Parts: sequence; structure tokens; C-alpha cells
Amino acid sequence: MQFPREELFAPGHRGCAGCGAAIVARLLLKAAGKDTIISNATGCLEVMTTPYPETAWRVPWIHTAFENAAATASGVEAAIKALKRKRGKYKDKKINVIAIGGDGGTADIGFQSLSGAMERGHDMLYIMYDNEAYMNTGIQRSSSTPFMAATTTSPAGSKIRGEDRPKKDVAMIMAAHGIPYVATACISYPEDFMRKVKKALSIEGPKFIQVLQPCTTGWGYPPEKTIEIGRLAVETGIFPLYEIENGEFRITYKPAKRKPVKEYLKMQKRYRHLTDEDIERIQKYIDEKCKLLGL
Amino acid sequence: MVTIAAIIYEPGSSIKNKTGTWRTFRPILDTNKCVKCENCYIFCPEGAIQEDENGNFKIDYDYCKGCLICMNECPVNAITKVREEK
Repeated sequence: MQFPREELFAPGHRGCAGCGAAIVARLLLKAAGKDTIISNATGCLEVMTTPYPETAWRVPWIHTAFENAAATASGVEAAIKALKRKRGKYKDKKINVIAIGGDGGTADIGFQSLSGAMERGHDMLYIMYDNEAYMNTGIQRSSSTPFMAATTTSPAGSKIRGEDRPKKDVAMIMAAHGIPYVATACISYPEDFMRKVKKALSIEGPKFIQVLQPCTTGWGYPPEKTIEIGRLAVETGIFPLYEIENGEFRITYKPAKRKPVKEYLKMQKRYRHLTDEDIERIQKYIDEKCKLLGL
Repeated sequence: MVTIAAIIYEPGSSIKNKTGTWRTFRPILDTNKCVKCENCYIFCPEGAIQEDENGNFKIDYDYCKGCLICMNECPVNAITKVREEK
């Protein structure tokens, strides 16, 4: 038995067939275990898992607005601390406080509360499930949308070539807060992701993990390719896996030979407008980034 | 009736919703070919592939949405697909 068998994320949720966010939630709960409280920002994951009066969660779960998942989690953490100190509750228990937000709820709207929670040093873990656009409302661009990806608000035409800004590097911004643990992960590497979650939860203080999660509807590919595309994202170097523990940077997965980014781009509808010249430009940008990280 | 603060008291109550009806393609697992690598188990977004009492993996067609990630990720091609017909 490689993986724990406990299912804390119930089936019957309304995620699309081949949904990556559901895989994030399932793997996260398998790694975190049942002594967990989740604060979930509005987004795909929240909408699809809790159509009232049903819920797919088997752990305590709070829905918060788009902008305050981290603020709610920090409040929960402070409350647990107070209950431990004043009432002697949960004495010998370690309760994991986890906030989850999508890339919109993390990099754009929830950014101030996330930055605040990280800066105040709450003992919590923030998971950003990154599908690179606002998928829940119909694929609008977010600051985490990569360069030249077409979305409904950055459409590709003869003048505009999709998104015109590069992807915001949220993991590095969080690392700049000087928190003890920052990592990036991808659902295509479940052992790596679960190990990072377990490691993060064993460390005291604020932690941040960014998980790349291909989205079948938004990225435009057949649902069975979810894992394959995530793997290609890592193997081409467009999304490197690393962790930063107490300021020490370490690549956790190094592809033997980086694949050309064309393989990754050609599988997705959001990149179908790209010419060979555009692909060359993206490849050059990735090469530079990978050189910087030592990939 | 809406509960106070819209609290849901029953954990995991979404199991009432049988998502198996969404399926276009049905994945079929051949247990003789299966090497128990657990790829399909861990990558299933629904958790619809579980071990039975003999330790063989089994697909729960009540919840399987037919995304076929399991078929795509199986290293020994033990999972095939057939079109759902009514």
C-alpha cells in the first residue's frame, strides 16, 4: 500500500469529469489526515464541492469570501490557540489549519489577507490550486495566467496574441515574506505533493504551497489528459517543482532532459493561435527562467 | 429548510448525488492484467476506484464520471473504454 486509504473527500461532488481541483483536495486530505480545519475561498473548488445542502468534505470546512480565506484561517488558528491556553482543550492534539484558494482567490483578490497572515506568522498552511485563470466564472484571465494563453478576457486575434503579461510568481513572493516553508507542486506527482504537505504541516509557522492543476474546460483538452499535461508542464520546465525551507532553495524534481515546450503547448486549445515564432519566444523565456533556477 | 448560517451537519453528504449518470465512456478494469501500481486509485478525481476485500481494484460506476484518467495513466493498459449505451 503506497497511499493512505482514508477517503476524507467524498465522491458525488459536481467537478467536471477529469477535474484537477478535486485531485488537489483529495491528495491534500489524504496527506493532512482528519484533524484538519479547512478555510476555502470562493472558487471552483468551493462551488463544486458544496452545493447546499450537500458537502463533499468529511473534515470541518468553512466557506469564506474570495478575499479572506487566509484571514479566516488565521482567526481559526488564533481561536485554537486561545482554547488550548484558556480552557485546556485539544491539549495533546495537533490541529492542522489549512486555507485553500484558487489562483484568483490567492494571487489577485485574496492577496492582501494572504500576505497579512503570512507576515503575522500564524501556524497555518495555505494551498493555492493554480489553474491559471478564473475557471469558475468562465475562464477570465487572472494574474497567474501565463504569457500568451487565450482566455475570454484575453482573447487571441490578429492584433492581441492572448495574455500579454507573464505569470505572476506567487511562490517567490511568498518566499520573500521570509516564511519557513514555501513549495510548488503538481498533481501529476502525488508522492511529491503529499510529502510537501506533510513536511509543511510538521513545521511551525506560516507555510505556502502552490499546486499546478490542469483544467480540462479552461485549458481545452480531453479530460483523460489532466495528469499527462501536468507532467509535461514540469518536464518542459514551464512549472518547476521546488521547495524553499528556511531560505534554502532546492529543486525537488529535475527532468533528465527538458522537453521542448511545444509538446506542452500543442495539447491545449488556449495556445492553438501560437505561431512557431511565438513558441520560440516562450521557449526562450523558459530557458532563461530555468537557467536562473538551475534546471 | 435552510439551516442557521447554512451549516451542513452531515459530512460527506454529496454521496447522495450519483454522478455515474454523467458518463459517456465506461472504463473497464481487467484485474488479471492489473499490477496494482495504484496510479488509477490516486489520480481518480472522484475516488471511485477502491480496493475490494480481495485486494483487487474495482471501479464504482455509481460515481465514475468517465473522465478516463485511469485509462490514460495505466502503465499496463489494463483499463479499456466502451461507449455507454442505453
